[in-house]
Amino acid sequence: MAFLEISNLQKDYAGNRVVENFNLAVEQGEFVSFLGPSGCGKTTVLRMVAGFETPSAGLIRIDGKDVVNLKPNQRNIGMVFQAYALFPNMTVAQNLAFGLKVAGKSKAEIEATVKEMLALIKLEALGQRYPFQLSGGQQQRVALARALAVKPKLLLLDEPLSALDAKIRVSLREEIRAIQRKLQITTIFVTHDQEEALSMSDRIVVMHQGKADQLGTPFEIYNQPKTRFVASFVGTINVLEGKVLDAPAGRFSLYGAELNLGRSLGEVKTGDIVALALRPEAASLGTTVGKPAQLTGIVQDVNFLGSVIRVRVKVGETSLSLDSFNQAAVAPPKAGDTVMVSFAPEELLVLAD
Amino acid sequence: MSAIAEPTGVAKTPTSNPSKSRRSMAWLGILPFLIFALLFLILPTLNIVVGAFQNPAGEFTFENIQKLLQPSILASYWISIKISVASAFLGCLIGFAIAAAIVLGGLPAWVRSPIMTFSGVASNFAGVPLAFAFLATLGRLGLVTVLLREGFGINIYAYGFNILSFWGLTLTYLFFQIPLMILIITPALDGLKREWREAAAILGANGFQYWSMVALPILWPALLGTFALLFANAFGAVATAYALTGSSLSIVPIVLFAQIRGDVLQDPHLGYALAFGMIVVTIIANTLYLWMRARSERWVKS
Amino acid sequence: MSFWRSKRFWSWVALSFGVLYFALPLIGTFEFSLRMKRGEYSFEAYRVILGDPRFQATFLYSVLMALLTIVVGVLLVVPTAYWVRLKLPRWRPVVEFITLLPLIIPAIVIVFGYIRLYNTSSVLPLTGSAFGTDILMVCGYTVLALPYMYRAVDTGLRTLDVSTLTEAAESLGAGKITILAKIILPNVLVAILSGAFLTFAIVIGEFVFAALLNRPAFGPFMQLIGANRAYEPAALAVIAFSITWLCMGLMQLVTRLQKHTQVKPFR
Repeated sequence: MAFLEISNLQKDYAGNRVVENFNLAVEQGEFVSFLGPSGCGKTTVLRMVAGFETPSAGLIRIDGKDVVNLKPNQRNIGMVFQAYALFPNMTVAQNLAFGLKVAGKSKAEIEATVKEMLALIKLEALGQRYPFQLSGGQQQRVALARALAVKPKLLLLDEPLSALDAKIRVSLREEIRAIQRKLQITTIFVTHDQEEALSMSDRIVVMHQGKADQLGTPFEIYNQPKTRFVASFVGTINVLEGKVLDAPAGRFSLYGAELNLGRSLGEVKTGDIVALALRPEAASLGTTVGKPAQLTGIVQDVNFLGSVIRVRVKVGETSLSLDSFNQAAVAPPKAGDTVMVSFAPEELLVLAD
Repeated sequence: MSAIAEPTGVAKTPTSNPSKSRRSMAWLGILPFLIFALLFLILPTLNIVVGAFQNPAGEFTFENIQKLLQPSILASYWISIKISVASAFLGCLIGFAIAAAIVLGGLPAWVRSPIMTFSGVASNFAGVPLAFAFLATLGRLGLVTVLLREGFGINIYAYGFNILSFWGLTLTYLFFQIPLMILIITPALDGLKREWREAAAILGANGFQYWSMVALPILWPALLGTFALLFANAFGAVATAYALTGSSLSIVPIVLFAQIRGDVLQDPHLGYALAFGMIVVTIIANTLYLWMRARSERWVKS
Repeated sequence: MSFWRSKRFWSWVALSFGVLYFALPLIGTFEFSLRMKRGEYSFEAYRVILGDPRFQATFLYSVLMALLTIVVGVLLVVPTAYWVRLKLPRWRPVVEFITLLPLIIPAIVIVFGYIRLYNTSSVLPLTGSAFGTDILMVCGYTVLALPYMYRAVDTGLRTLDVSTLTEAAESLGAGKITILAKIILPNVLVAILSGAFLTFAIVIGEFVFAALLNRPAFGPFMQLIGANRAYEPAALAVIAFSITWLCMGLMQLVTRLQKHTQVKPFR
């Protein structure tokens, strides 16, 4: 049995269904992200797991125990909030000690744990500081340590990095993942940042309008998005509209060119329009070996991003983004140039709506 | 920031004089205010303070201060302080309860706005009319007195209640003390972040532990400050007490009022000493407040 | 769930207690003020009061005092607050401390100081003449209103971010006068008005200054009626409360208008 089990979870607010039929099984020690735009219900699910919201229907089990009717302070969960939520009237050490003190632990035990936690987040010297004397990144590390100090069964992270500067965000996400691996603690991480979700998670749940659109490893989510939403939310993607010629054989036409996907197009009829996704890095400019599909278009603009050059090309009515690696010897195209876009048809992804 | 930014942060004007003379001009800008404050606030107060240590001939003496130690005057200070503490304490307690009910008590949102508006108004009801209102309500012929007597057979005056007493005055003062507390503490309660409560809960704390370890310590400075303000508010109030009790309840401001008014002033310098005593009490109260706030607010950015 | 129910229950208890405590004196006063004619409710007490020439005289006097106080207060506070914000940030704690002093020093002490400092044998014998005493009254009331007035205006200036606005306007070619007239003033006007209404409410029924400086103001008149009559004081209280309500109502209205017209500052 999975360590955290959520089944048929549902939440209604004043007639609005904000979470619908949500199912998830998380294994012991797994790191799972909820990814989605704001208002998609990801935080609501997390808050139901924490016990701050009561589900309208459904089941939540932690370690085999139904927790729906338990108050937050009875669930033995650790949580880190977006806005740090450190107690401003306590020093770092006092913040770390809070959960232990409340649990009635002995002074010696509290002291030892606080020391251990300070070491874990590498802030040994700052135990006597007050939260306002710390940087945002330091505060969030303290918040993490505070949550971990009570040795929770489950760790919930509610957008813990979104209030931080870009650089600290990257270093802290590595640190969080390292600590999580070390402690082998089952973790749910809520974020709207796809890069965070992709880089940190064992598995990702992409959420959209209260429902889980797709559940999978970062590799699956990125490379085999199931819906148009997942494809567009995770990374940049081009959506092309093809006309079905022969669904089982995978034949379709795209801007006059006849192409073959090499596999079934799914439950569609001849003449239907089908949405096909193409990652910017899957297509290239000019003719390339192994990329038989070719479309002609006009360069709209060129963004030089350093190691990558992103070119937007207008093909028919559609604007395509193409990424290629920078090569010192090759000058990028200029706006207005007529270019060839080539790709392997097998790289196209068929999207459900 | 430009490298030649002036140290005083003086705005750059195209047609400016050299910065030196502009600096001295800047001083002049608040000169009218300083002169006004000196003439009508600081000097009059200092004058009283100095007067308290002078005899009629203008020589330095402790005699006036010593006269404060006579039993009747000490009693006035004592009852004044008692009323001020009682009305400030009860004002804080009840005001806090009502504010907490509005902010955290799960009451419908629409109750908040009328209560805040009413508090704004009622906190300014102090003075002569307030005394009339309480006389008309809890005096011997007042509405509540009569209702209780005729409707329920309870004669509150037979039970020893008197509007012209310590509790009567305290009850009256609460009419402006409670709203003042609500006005000041509601924003402070709003400032309690939801995440603090949630973080405490998820760490295993119950409601009592959250309040005693997190919320109250955070609110403590605001509570202290309001208490000090309410104390000073009640301690210096003359009009309400005078209109309510005449001079039958000899709290310090009324004794002082009578001293000045009566023009008896057989001993004008005793008046200065009385006033000086009032200043000392309010200064002690405020110093106590500042000291305790500094102690409890180490965690706040200075 | 029962936890929530009980919490809400106690909230209602606290609120009901408050409503009862605050409503009873207001109802009691109004009821009392109607009792002047034996055996029936009537507005007799109001008729007597409003017809009293002393009422008219003292009320007008107090209105005049209040208006003068507002003018003096505005002239004193607005330039000072603007100047401190713009050029003398280091003086802020000092100025703020001074403006808060009237909350700490009892009014009766201040007025006692006036009587001693400005008596007939002093350098500035303001209490020697009625006109001089009136000046003293206005100044005293300005002192009383200082904490509220200064805070209102200073808050108004803070949301404006005076120095940035001044610099921005200057960079767009506006002169100092244009800035003050077209940018600073319209916004601070709202704060000034709300401070003014509060000042009015405080001054109109003020008792200690008027009584001790012996001026024919509304506060001492009310006290006098209170000491000698039975039902008229209740009528006066109702009138005074109504004026306070009106002032605070206008203040709320003005503040609400400001909220609608002002763009929220970016965070």
